[in-house]
Amino acid sequence: MTAITNAASASDPAGRARTFFNCLKRDRLALAAAIFLVILAIATLAGPLLIGDMAAKLGLRQRNLPPFSLDHGWLYFLGADTLGRPILARLVVGAQNTLGIALAAVVTSMLVGGVLGLVAGYSERWYSQVIQRLADIIMSFPSLLLALIVLYTLGPSISNLIIVLALTRIPIYLRTTRAEVLELRERMFVSAAKSMGARPLRIVLRHIAPMALPTLLTIAAIDFATVILAESSLSFLGLGIQPPEFTWGAMVANGRGYLATAWWISFWPGLAILLTTLSLNLLSSWARTMADPQQRWRLQSLRKASR
Amino acid sequence: MNELAPILSVEDLTVDFLSDGAPARAVDGVSFEVRRGETLVILGESGSGKSVSTSAVMDLIDRPPGDIVRGRISFDGARIDGLQGEARRVINGRRIAMIFQDPLAYLNPVYTVGRQICEIFESHGVASGRAARERAMDLLKRVGIPEPEARIDQYPHQFSGGQRQRVMIAMAIALQPDLLIADEPTTALDVSVQAQILDLLRDLQGETGMALILITHDLEVAASMADRVIVMNRGTIVEAGEARKVFTKPRHAYTQKLISALPHGDAAESSNRRSTTNSGETVLRVENLTKEYVVSSGLFGRKKSFLAVKDVSFEVSKGETLGIVGESGSGKSSVARMLLRLNEPTAGKAIFNGEDVFAMEERGLRAYRRKVQMVFQDPYGSMNPRMTVRAIIAEPWSIHADILPRARWRDRVAELLELVGLKPEHADRYPHQFSGGQRQRIAIARALASEPELVICDEAVSALDVSIQAQIIDLLADLRTRLGLSYIFITHDLPIVRHFADRILVMKQGVVVEEGPTSTIFGNPSQAYTRSLLDATPVPKWLETA
Repeated sequence: MTAITNAASASDPAGRARTFFNCLKRDRLALAAAIFLVILAIATLAGPLLIGDMAAKLGLRQRNLPPFSLDHGWLYFLGADTLGRPILARLVVGAQNTLGIALAAVVTSMLVGGVLGLVAGYSERWYSQVIQRLADIIMSFPSLLLALIVLYTLGPSISNLIIVLALTRIPIYLRTTRAEVLELRERMFVSAAKSMGARPLRIVLRHIAPMALPTLLTIAAIDFATVILAESSLSFLGLGIQPPEFTWGAMVANGRGYLATAWWISFWPGLAILLTTLSLNLLSSWARTMADPQQRWRLQSLRKASR
Repeated sequence: MNELAPILSVEDLTVDFLSDGAPARAVDGVSFEVRRGETLVILGESGSGKSVSTSAVMDLIDRPPGDIVRGRISFDGARIDGLQGEARRVINGRRIAMIFQDPLAYLNPVYTVGRQICEIFESHGVASGRAARERAMDLLKRVGIPEPEARIDQYPHQFSGGQRQRVMIAMAIALQPDLLIADEPTTALDVSVQAQILDLLRDLQGETGMALILITHDLEVAASMADRVIVMNRGTIVEAGEARKVFTKPRHAYTQKLISALPHGDAAESSNRRSTTNSGETVLRVENLTKEYVVSSGLFGRKKSFLAVKDVSFEVSKGETLGIVGESGSGKSSVARMLLRLNEPTAGKAIFNGEDVFAMEERGLRAYRRKVQMVFQDPYGSMNPRMTVRAIIAEPWSIHADILPRARWRDRVAELLELVGLKPEHADRYPHQFSGGQRQRIAIARALASEPELVICDEAVSALDVSIQAQIIDLLADLRTRLGLSYIFITHDLPIVRHFADRILVMKQGVVVEEGPTSTIFGNPSQAYTRSLLDATPVPKWLETA
């Protein structure tokens, strides 16, 4: 088991990129997820320039147009909503707000929660306690109520929305990170680094944070969907994105009344949320395996001996 | 029942572990058999494939990454390789049982010991309720747990290491198996406890007539237990035969090297590992070092305190090796951790090159931690598994920026790897790709990277087999001569330091019981405790019966 394997050393950047790509190819699901996310990213960035106008174009004749017909042009392939706007175009345009807000909220809460968690876990000073109690307060307060109060006082805007969404998610990252740090700081290699004279900052950044990161990424991937839905419920209450701006969550809410007659109005944006979250999840689990030298064999070519 | 037919026979077992590219062969064409009432010892260093061979018998190898290329395993006349599900469960636990090195990891911490033993009877449908409890009680009595009536309702953490191993043995023999596989059962234990556990295993075998396969890297344990021995190296059997023959007239070069590496073997006598360049200049002086732990029992319970280290004083000169010897709980590791300021002492002083270690502020402490390095017992645990060997060895340089300019790191890592007997191309690999001995060499390379004056080795060779131990100690001795290092060498194994240490400190329960030059400690120990440590070394089985 401990025999040295003859893995080709990939120290040059080109070789490393090739190894990386080879490992991605071996995990079919992760590859599909990566392709989906790349397409989504391109569509989100370039789409609004090309078909942006169509997303707001009303068409009374196409009201609640069913999907899978090309009679009104390819933009109407996924059907049209209650005001006759093409769903495909709205998905592409809505992606920018949806993904932008969710990404900003998730990354902010992960960074802030992660850093606070590292501090709370590693330090034994008074502020470690203060951080934890603050997290408890946020957690014990209904997050939607908190969002309502903040947005009511600050006024609805995209940046305020991101702040509120990030704030309510911070305790999750904080607590997870702290729990991981408490375990990691007792590990022998942390003692070894300490005995070599490493500063606390170096120990935390070099030895502890990289080990805790995969867990945080997995939570972030799952959290992505939660944030999209939380944002849509705030928008539904009129405290989130204001019309004519819209998001996938708002599109789902929009079709709620027509579920029996025109299911596609809610279905397509719902599917988009699902696929995005699923892809992020698959990719984060691939990244977790990839980051662990002892698990990496799962993504490598396993040639059996001839017999 | 034919007494001579083997209860277990393994033929031509070959196991690969798959990774990127070519599979790594862990076990190659291994064949052995064991009869009822017989003890077979599988001897080899870590990574030699000894555990993998027996894991295959129990079907404990995960596939992938494991891959059984070929082989036949027969138990009591029937083939058992490839058995799955119910057929496997009938054999595992009931007819073949296994005990492991670390009993704490295999006992469930949230159930009482009694509950866990009863569960064996219940899950195999042998007994339940009161009957199961009574049998569990008998078992605990049998394996020598005092007051089994009280202890049966206690949890694993309330038992000592030796007692936990006894509990594991009780669980293993609960269903009177025909074959017991013991994988390094005494490696984590002190020498005196080790002797008791080995006695217990021998007694149980005499009573039940079961076959015993003992896996160990410890030659002395092997010699004291074995009827027959197989010696493994790099996945193959290099020598097999009757224990007495193998130990007294080894034929294969590897076995010869192992036997001669025994601390009281011939090679050790003649090798000159003791320092020659003792200048008398004191590097470290420790005075009345004391560590008190306060344990509070419950929320309002009275606070109790116990002294882990009490009034320990010693000196280390330049180029000298001080051995600190003691069993677990003797406070020897606490001393090491305090000297590195990983734990703070309750009282006492340590003067390093004229400066008080315990009064150092951050800047002074960083400079001190550059001059004093530690090599830990478990080289694997002391390295970040996500870092390459290059990053691990270079870490002291990135911590102390003034040691070496970054441009020279690559060359210096290669130099250090060669200095400790590894190859420069190993630098891009990860710790888990090395064997135990190689990892300890990496740990030593890292300790040398910051050009220290004093290296503290905390059980640095205890987990390695004797021939590797000898190599590592030779390496340390050589480095001391070349670089003028001083060592504090902490161990529970007195024979190891015999030819390496200049002076020895024997510790018991936090107190220094004896101190003196190595020759005096070994030749004329004044304390009964020191003598008992010297006597606890196992005696070969063939000498005992003769």
